[in-house]
Amino acid sequence: MTAEQVDEVTRGPFDFDIRGSMRRGLLLGLGLVFISLAGLPIGLDTRILIKPVLSLGYLSLIWLPFISGWASGTETVLDGVATTKRGARDLVRGGLVGLIGGACLSLLVLLMNWFDLRDPLVNWAPPLSAILQFDRSIAFGVLVWPLLSAVLSCAGAGLHIITPKIRSATLSAVLFTLAMAIFETFIVDVADFLDDKLYGQNGGLTVMSAIVVACLAFTVSAIGLGRRVATARVNYQQSTGKTKASQTTMLIAIAAITVVVVPMITGKITQELFANIGIFLLLALGLNIVVGLAGILDLGYVAFFAVGGYTTAVLTSPNRGPDWPSWVPTLPWWGALLVTIAISGLVGLFIGAPVIRMRGDYLAIVTLGFGEIIRILFLSDWLNGYFNGAQGITNVPPADFGIIQVKGTDPRSVFYLVLVFAAISIYVSWRLERSRVGRAWMAIREDESVAEAMGVNTVNMKLMAFVVGAILASFSGAVFAAKVGSIFPTSFLILVSIIILVVVIVGGMGNIIGVIVGSIVLIGVLGGPKQPGLLAEFSQYKLLIYGALLIWMMLRRPEGLVPNVRRSRELHQEEFLQDAWLRGEIDDDANTEEVDS
Amino acid sequence: MDQPLLEMRNVNTHYGAVHILKDVELAIYPGELVCLLGGNASGKSTTLKTLLGMVTPTSGEVVLDGEVVTGQPTSYLVERGVTMVPENRRLFKRLSVKENLELGAYLRDDADGIDADMERVFSMFPRVKERLGQRAGTLSGGEQQMVAMGRALMAQPRVLLMDEPSMGLAPALVQTNFELIQQIHNEGIAIFIVEQNANMALSIADRGWVLQTGRVVLDDTADALLANPDLRRSYLGET
Repeated sequence: MTAEQVDEVTRGPFDFDIRGSMRRGLLLGLGLVFISLAGLPIGLDTRILIKPVLSLGYLSLIWLPFISGWASGTETVLDGVATTKRGARDLVRGGLVGLIGGACLSLLVLLMNWFDLRDPLVNWAPPLSAILQFDRSIAFGVLVWPLLSAVLSCAGAGLHIITPKIRSATLSAVLFTLAMAIFETFIVDVADFLDDKLYGQNGGLTVMSAIVVACLAFTVSAIGLGRRVATARVNYQQSTGKTKASQTTMLIAIAAITVVVVPMITGKITQELFANIGIFLLLALGLNIVVGLAGILDLGYVAFFAVGGYTTAVLTSPNRGPDWPSWVPTLPWWGALLVTIAISGLVGLFIGAPVIRMRGDYLAIVTLGFGEIIRILFLSDWLNGYFNGAQGITNVPPADFGIIQVKGTDPRSVFYLVLVFAAISIYVSWRLERSRVGRAWMAIREDESVAEAMGVNTVNMKLMAFVVGAILASFSGAVFAAKVGSIFPTSFLILVSIIILVVVIVGGMGNIIGVIVGSIVLIGVLGGPKQPGLLAEFSQYKLLIYGALLIWMMLRRPEGLVPNVRRSRELHQEEFLQDAWLRGEIDDDANTEEVDS
Repeated sequence: MDQPLLEMRNVNTHYGAVHILKDVELAIYPGELVCLLGGNASGKSTTLKTLLGMVTPTSGEVVLDGEVVTGQPTSYLVERGVTMVPENRRLFKRLSVKENLELGAYLRDDADGIDADMERVFSMFPRVKERLGQRAGTLSGGEQQMVAMGRALMAQPRVLLMDEPSMGLAPALVQTNFELIQQIHNEGIAIFIVEQNANMALSIADRGWVLQTGRVVLDDTADALLANPDLRRSYLGET
């Protein structure tokens, strides 16, 4: 029962759901207007991608018609149902969608000319007009947008017509070129010599180099490198037993070597980026235990990060508050670390004990509260003598290990320190997941009452998850203190909790690899709450993009980027059941059979 | 008769100010099959939770092998052979059948014994073995019931507390289910069934109690209960 055996129906170029396409076009228009008014085109216009043709600002608009065009042509392929032959029909439909979408933008151009709505909409202003009119006349803007949008949408829809091989090669060429342009800072930082060869003077690929890069990517993809990687992956997934174990070891070894070697050859920006990814990875690994394994939705996780940071700062900095009694020593960083671990474990117990008896939503709200309480305590006048309130604790010395000093000005050292902790955290998570404790957590996550009836001590186990999570977060806090050299209450806003949670969710809950991928993608590319990512230009729109990404993930890929097998089984249960039924794994008459007996 | 295996002596249980169980007395002897009948909100589930230590009675005692275990954690009772099959089976739906069975043996650490018991479950329910790697939620109702019982057996119970085993099952499955219960009973495990389906429960039980708004109102042999006109009226739908 494969799709290839089913006939294809040829339909006329105008034989499609016109109303549906118009609706799609209006949605596209709405999206374009929203992006415009949200300010992305203005904010990102200074970043030139391909000189002088394309800036990131324009890219923020024109990707949408392209994707809409592609989406307008996707059809659910049902087994046994005839599919429509691809052809002019797809192009017409795509064109219509794009035309309507572009027309909405034209309308915006006109409206902006006629009315002044700058009061509620800050971006309803000449700079946006100028961009939407391509720095020319109003008429030019009004005419060009529908055309441009229709062409792009047509191109997107056209992807359905060409053969898969050419399609993937074309897409690789486009995406790779864009990636080269967008990640310019990073690429120059890693490979300095490329700067003059590829990029223009004020940034951005030159047209010439863009063409070269695109052609290169096209060729590489066309000769089938991508497919070979895919085959290797499938082979790995299907291998079992010893082969798989040795392959896994090799993969881990390669990953480890890459991670250790790469920072040695890259510049400061990349190292800084890696250090930030690492700090958030540590947090995400800890939260993954709490949320992903034990199923406790902790929205105040930043509290433990704060406790870790502050404890380290108090124990190492000469500028800690004046009210500390003299018996509180000033320790070297690693000495402070031990105390930090103990203290955050205790705080985990202390916060966890009352919270853990609650379930679900109540627990989430209470943890949210505790997260804020901790930050406000550090900020408060009451404890001003200990934590200096809003001034924070400055002058936190670098972590001194004799041979190397870990400090913020040397991000590479921070990265290596984080790496050590990440390795410890990953090992601990991995071992715990496969232990009796992990099994108890799993049972609690699935059904707390039944877990209790099985003899799982649910209170202790949940507390343990809380404490382990707290300790992992405190590692991160300790490194953070040494890296930044100062600790302020504003570093521990509720936003940090949310972002870590998003990292865990987007990566794939309950899955270590997923959490690593999530940290790299979100923190590395988009940036942390205050730390810039690769797309530093996006920092203003970070939350917008986080939100959009989260919504898209929940709709389309709720199991995360790298799904935990079990979660994806659950979330795609229906498809799974159907597949299993098709493979004959489920006999659907199991029920009726018993009724008969 | 010899010493009861599990016993409730004069137990009163409250949820806050609400008095749920009122002076409940019952005793389960080794190897017998007994049932507790009662309608909605009569306190059946609370009785089970009290027996298993998930709810602590306000007065009275729960006694296991002559030892007062009131106030002991659930794990204490599970370790000593009291196990529950929860209402509606309540499998860990996203976990595999194997993981479900392993969780049944959560408190045990004798790997060999666990393996042996796993084999025992397979020999009783061969179907379970076929479904071992499958997600428990995808099984049919009858298979889920087998896994639920298998999971309980993995704890090496001496007495199995079953919360409404006929709940939510098709009539034909209810029959199969009670056959499974008898099968387990034949292994020498005492069984305590809490049911609304009085007819079915009494047809396999030795003795039974009837619980009404938290009070035991009848305590007799199964045959006598089946013949009791009051019971027939209120539970068996006769006028």
